[in-house]
Amino acid sequence: MPMGSDPMERVVKLASESAIVIFSVSSCCMCHAVKRLFCGMGVNPTVYELDQDPRGKDMERALMRLLGNPQAVPVVFIGGKLIGSMDRVMASHINGTLVPLLKEAGALWL
Amino acid sequence: MSSPATELTRMAIYEQYHQISRWGDAFNNNDSPNTGSSTIVQVDVRLDNKAEYISSDQVEPSRSDQEANKPTDKIKRRLAQNREAARKSRLRKKAYVQQLESSRLKLAQLEQELERARQQGIYISSASDTGYFGLSGTVNSGITAFEMEYGHWVEEQNKQICELRSALQAHITDIELRILVESSLNHYCNLFRMKADAAKADVFYLFSGIWRTSAERFFHWIGGFRPSELLNVVMSQIEPLTDQQHLEVFNLRQSSQQAEDALSQGIDKLQQNLAQSVAADLSSGNYRAQMAAAVDKLEALEGFVNQADHLRQQTLQQMARILTTRQAARGLLALGEYFHRLRALSSLWAARPREPA
Repeated sequence: MPMGSDPMERVVKLASESAIVIFSVSSCCMCHAVKRLFCGMGVNPTVYELDQDPRGKDMERALMRLLGNPQAVPVVFIGGKLIGSMDRVMASHINGTLVPLLKEAGALWL
Repeated sequence: MSSPATELTRMAIYEQYHQISRWGDAFNNNDSPNTGSSTIVQVDVRLDNKAEYISSDQVEPSRSDQEANKPTDKIKRRLAQNREAARKSRLRKKAYVQQLESSRLKLAQLEQELERARQQGIYISSASDTGYFGLSGTVNSGITAFEMEYGHWVEEQNKQICELRSALQAHITDIELRILVESSLNHYCNLFRMKADAAKADVFYLFSGIWRTSAERFFHWIGGFRPSELLNVVMSQIEPLTDQQHLEVFNLRQSSQQAEDALSQGIDKLQQNLAQSVAADLSSGNYRAQMAAAVDKLEALEGFVNQADHLRQQTLQQMARILTTRQAARGLLALGEYFHRLRALSSLWAARPREPA
């Protein structure tokens, strides 16, 4: 891939390639928690460890700007749509909107 | 009996009596009120002898007898008063000493508690106390503020519980009940806001649970109560539910448990990472860099406490959404009463009779 491509574009592209996408950093424990949450629901997310990606730093910065949060990761996309960080994921799970989204994206079957 | 010789003798006897009553006071370190009188008795005997001796020299009978009797009565009364005063003085002294003893014990107990509290990192707001203030070594005003606010919060919580209880018994309208439910939920929101500020000041303080009572601390999970604990308490109190409600409750229990488990695993991972970071090169290595890295890792703890509080709040609010106003009121009453009882349990436990050490 050309080195000059916009990191945000790359994020969006990767996010749309799988039903659930998590952008993570391998040493981040909150990322670990969000991964465990989806596994506990019987879902298998696609995880991108930004510290292991040559363009990871740029993508992290782009995500920071997107979320308006110094904590770039974890960020969750479902069906290509941005869900958000851990708090948004948990809130939507508690209020019952997460599971329908997962089903809609084909990540979860009854 | 008015000869100069008699007068002098009488005065000498008075002197003796004064002396004896003073000695009586000096001997008041023993409890017997009779000590004084036994000494006096001896003197009485001597007085009688002297009186006999004196009267045998006299010629005037009746007037001298009267005068001899009057001073004797006065003396006897005076002696009795002195004895009584001495006895009262001894009793007062005994009471005072006992008070001192128990105050000394209380002081020792308080000093012990204070020392224990300091070791556990409680922040003491006394301006005059410039000693060791726990782990960070300085007074943390954010934490002191939280401690005070939390005390008020608990008081207000107890009031709201009473209000809910009387409201449910009084059969008020749903609208009025809704207002109580909303203020109860708001009160919990206030708590989470206070805790967010405290987490910025010192996350370990929140995480340790030292701000809660001992029985509450037994159940402590990432800075507070478990969402599943909340649901267990509430759901047992609010039957009957519709089928739809049953389903929603089931989903809520499941999702909050999953979120709880996920956060627990995150914390476990953080512990692992931190231990590895600290233990990376114990024998030598770059101490400063390692410690700096460990400090960085620790910063993640604040995130977990915030997420745990976020989960508590979400669970509480979703529960209120699923339930009718009346059910929510009963649920909140049950929850408040539950934590109130845990706090009371802590006090009972602390006050229970124990074997002397």
